[in-house]
Amino acid sequence: MAGKKKNSAKSEWNKVPFSTRVRPYLIVAPSLIITIGIMVPFVMAIWYSLTNYSFKLPTHKFVGINNWVSMLGDPSFWNAVKISLLYGLISTAIEMLLGLGVAILLNNLNNGLSRVLRVLLVFPLMVAPVTATIIWQLMLNSSVGIVEKFLNLFGVFNFPWAASPDTALMTVILIDVWINTAFIILLVLAGLQSLPKSPFESAKIDGGSAWFNFTNLTLPMLKPSLYIALLFRLMAALQEYAIIFALTKGGPGDSLMSLSLTAYQKGFKFQKFGAAIPYILILWLIINIAAKRIVNLQRTAQKRAAGLEE
Amino acid sequence: MKKVLALTMAAALTVGALFGSNVFAEEASGDFDWKKFDGEEITVLFSEHTYSNAVEEKLSEFTEKTGIKVNYSSMPEGNYFEKLNVELSSHSGSIDVFMTGAYQSWEYATAGNLEPLENFIDSDLTSPEWKYDDFIPAVIDALKWDCVPGHAVGEGSQWALPMGWEVNILTYNKRILEEKGIEPPKTAEDLLEAASALKEFDGNGTYGIAVRGLPDWGTIHPAYMSLYSTWGAKDYEIEDGKLVSKVNSPEAVAMTEYWVDLVKNGGAPQWATYGWEMCGADLGAGKAAMMWDADRGGYTQNTPGSSNEAGNMAFGMVPYPESAGKTEDDMKSNLWVWSMAMNADSSKKEAAWYFMQYFTSPEYMLWSGVEKACTDTPRTSVLESEEYKESVANAEGYYEAFSKVSETASIFFTAQPYFTETTTEWAKTLQELVTTDKYASVQDAMDELKVTMDELVSDLEVE
Repeated sequence: MAGKKKNSAKSEWNKVPFSTRVRPYLIVAPSLIITIGIMVPFVMAIWYSLTNYSFKLPTHKFVGINNWVSMLGDPSFWNAVKISLLYGLISTAIEMLLGLGVAILLNNLNNGLSRVLRVLLVFPLMVAPVTATIIWQLMLNSSVGIVEKFLNLFGVFNFPWAASPDTALMTVILIDVWINTAFIILLVLAGLQSLPKSPFESAKIDGGSAWFNFTNLTLPMLKPSLYIALLFRLMAALQEYAIIFALTKGGPGDSLMSLSLTAYQKGFKFQKFGAAIPYILILWLIINIAAKRIVNLQRTAQKRAAGLEE
Repeated sequence: MKKVLALTMAAALTVGALFGSNVFAEEASGDFDWKKFDGEEITVLFSEHTYSNAVEEKLSEFTEKTGIKVNYSSMPEGNYFEKLNVELSSHSGSIDVFMTGAYQSWEYATAGNLEPLENFIDSDLTSPEWKYDDFIPAVIDALKWDCVPGHAVGEGSQWALPMGWEVNILTYNKRILEEKGIEPPKTAEDLLEAASALKEFDGNGTYGIAVRGLPDWGTIHPAYMSLYSTWGAKDYEIEDGKLVSKVNSPEAVAMTEYWVDLVKNGGAPQWATYGWEMCGADLGAGKAAMMWDADRGGYTQNTPGSSNEAGNMAFGMVPYPESAGKTEDDMKSNLWVWSMAMNADSSKKEAAWYFMQYFTSPEYMLWSGVEKACTDTPRTSVLESEEYKESVANAEGYYEAFSKVSETASIFFTAQPYFTETTTEWAKTLQELVTTDKYASVQDAMDELKVTMDELVSDLEVE
């Protein structure tokens, strides 16, 4: 009986035109190809992390989890994790706060000045991070730098900036903030301009204060946009390489050797790819966990903003 | 090797007389077929530098003479070797000729990336006017190695040809030193005193001496390694078939203590971010009173119109540590040789060889040495030519310093394929010594560095 049913279903399916039958596969095909394109290098990276792959060796061989074990036992790995997390979290937090503040101000002003500022504030985003870093290097120079001259007015001389392990992280974060705050401003501004006007008008009639409006209306409705901005910035900041390399090459000492810098040094400078790849995979893992959490928060916020969830 | 260098320089006039003006004559023999590879196309990757700028200017003349088309590209030194590593390791033969240094050639030769050049040098593919023996022995020998870790350079295959070489000497701004009543330092002790006295000599941000401080090999090889060797210290020694680091020896520790003092008391406030470009820029801008780096770094700041302080530079030698019982005869300058090498995976090796011999010929090197500020000529005939002497005459003390220091200049690193790793760790330790209180003493830091350096080369077997 069951066999008969199966045969009849099969013959029904055969009656469907060929073009209709293959359509679902054709629709999925581009995504499938892209997924394979993404996964192949990823799987290869996992494989190479289990080998002694090196530019210096004619062939490579399987070494098991040796690279992983030696990385986890190396204090410089834990230092690299710390530097990546500190850099990523601090720079993103400052950029989010500054970006939100400036975007709200610009949105509220909405006059000629704010329109000019919106254009000017995007300029840092148009500068390549390496170029921006070189500009900052000159500005922070102790003999000719404009920032140094400014600090001199307050009795501060020869501030070490990137030349001291105590201030190097702060310096690269400063440059990151200069470049990337504009990104947050743009996203938040777009979010603010898409907010419905009626809740704000009701609040105005009810005499709601600016703070009340911000905490009870603007922020909850803006949260989905904020999470999107946070997602992009945190992912990029955790991977940051260009600013640190251009300014100090990871120094002084190991003070700025993030996971990206360490992987680059081991891979391209020391030509030991097998040993370098675990660092990048750990970085991927950290970013993946963070991104997943932020995406979940964003979804919840979006539902709440749409009134679908309490 | 060093003795041979001295002898060669002393005999240069005789050598010059042997092939005299003919050495620069256009195809004196007339038999050599420069058009043999007409129509071929080669790819060249160079680091941006005075030497490569000079080559670039003559590319069309080379193509006209040989019919070989050159796809030329260059990139800043900061990332040059990383890019080169990727290209070479692909074994695609995408580059036929590239720039390298002696230290890097140790890594490339052992990885099988370099084509040995002796087969070309001794073949009929080489013009009789090219003259291998005209290269200064110390310089050409720096690019020979038998690929055995720990073995000195000078034996084995010829892995590259020199484009220019650099000795690391003191350059000082004579205007500033005169104004401050300071004599040009000759000893390491004088240098420390002068550099300390010149701290903020013209206000905030000005300082005594510019030396490199980035966390890479570039910080170790110029001034630091020169003084380190002058002090009598070694990086490695061979013990029981293994390379054993000697960076914690009494000489190495004493020298490093001195160096940390020098940087702290007389160096740039942001020393740890300084590469050679920043050192030269500060010297040229009059922010640094002295610089201890490659001779040409100071020389290029002195050519008319090149910097604010052009014309004020004068050249000293290698400050030697009198307190360690050293004299002028003990001066040692570590060598850097910018050179060109052939990719072992190139499919156009003959055409690539034509390129290499054209751009290392006596004729070309005289032109680049005199006209294009490639003053560190690797050719004896150029060094002794009147045109060359005239071209460097305006740089006070340059010719004397270059000639004198060249007599004992050599590569003082132990040849081994982990050069980049070991020197990077070394530079990081220096940075930590200068910028942190991580170590109780220099001895502690160097003890720790020794362990790291031993570990890095532990898989090398030395015959």
